[in-house]
Amino acid sequence: MHELSIAQSIIEIAEAKAREENSRCIQTIRIRLGEFTTVVREALEFAFEVARRETLAETARLEIEDVPMVLRCVACGSVTDPVREVCLICPQCGLPLEVVSGEELQVEYIEVESEAERV
Amino acid sequence: MDRVSVQTNVLKANQEIATENRRFFEGEGTVVINLMSAPGAGKTSLLEATIRELRGRYRLAVIEGDLQTDLDSRRIQALGTRSHQITTGTVCHLDARMVARALAEFPVQGLDLLVIENVGNLICPASYDLGESLRVVICSVAEGAEKPKKYPVMFHKADVVLLNKTDLAAASGVDLRDLETNVKEVNPKATVFAVSCKTGIGLDSWVAWLRDAIASRIIAATART
Repeated sequence: MHELSIAQSIIEIAEAKAREENSRCIQTIRIRLGEFTTVVREALEFAFEVARRETLAETARLEIEDVPMVLRCVACGSVTDPVREVCLICPQCGLPLEVVSGEELQVEYIEVESEAERV
Repeated sequence: MDRVSVQTNVLKANQEIATENRRFFEGEGTVVINLMSAPGAGKTSLLEATIRELRGRYRLAVIEGDLQTDLDSRRIQALGTRSHQITTGTVCHLDARMVARALAEFPVQGLDLLVIENVGNLICPASYDLGESLRVVICSVAEGAEKPKKYPVMFHKADVVLLNKTDLAAASGVDLRDLETNVKEVNPKATVFAVSCKTGIGLDSWVAWLRDAIASRIIAATART
């Protein structure tokens, strides 16, 4: 259960950006979460509820974009999508596959209160 | 409402400290192993067996990570090898900052090999780079042949996978070939050794491989100076 540390990192990154924008209130944090990471969506959502207390993201909504795992063979170009069971050996030519996507764990954007709303 | 682009890796802060750790280790010419497995797969036993083969010939030290107790660190010290214990409390993995803090109070200058034994866990430690040069994952056959498929991220990121407790394969009803196939399917590039810390079978191949890794690092470090 390292989702709490992950949630704290997400909030730290969002807060740093919000401060750059002179905002005191983060409304949305959008992240991309790859299927081939060790982070469980439900556990992260729960951890976020705990971690956001007394931060600029206290009332923020966490939006999670799931990124599916896609594999590709560097040798023959065959693509595995969707990946039902992780097997990184090409079914066509037997060579190692590369992970094209699914390892993402990234803060995409935040939405903050605009100047007009603040007045 | 204003939308502000961020585009930042969630683990960026850890990555930055890991990069500093790695720069320090490379400057010292030290091979650093991040040793990971499920609880009870035999990390400390493997480490003891490896130390017995290497001590006297190389400058070694160990950093132990556990939630509680310094039992593992004392096992290493009993072999005459320097060891430092990190107790994480409730945290289920080591991160780069914990290692950086340990380095501040546990001098590791001029080592040939530093082994960082991570918290026993096949999930969380996979995400945290510590600045290591090699990721070594142990899977004991008693855990079953499917472990690499159930925890693919951990096995996918390994440089070396040690299949331990091979003496228990028959008793556990596990075909070693199935286990190795599953490792190769999630990580075709992994170097795999089948060993038993109990009987000593297979340890010579692993130790020979490790000696080569240390030697090539020493050669690279000498070439730089």
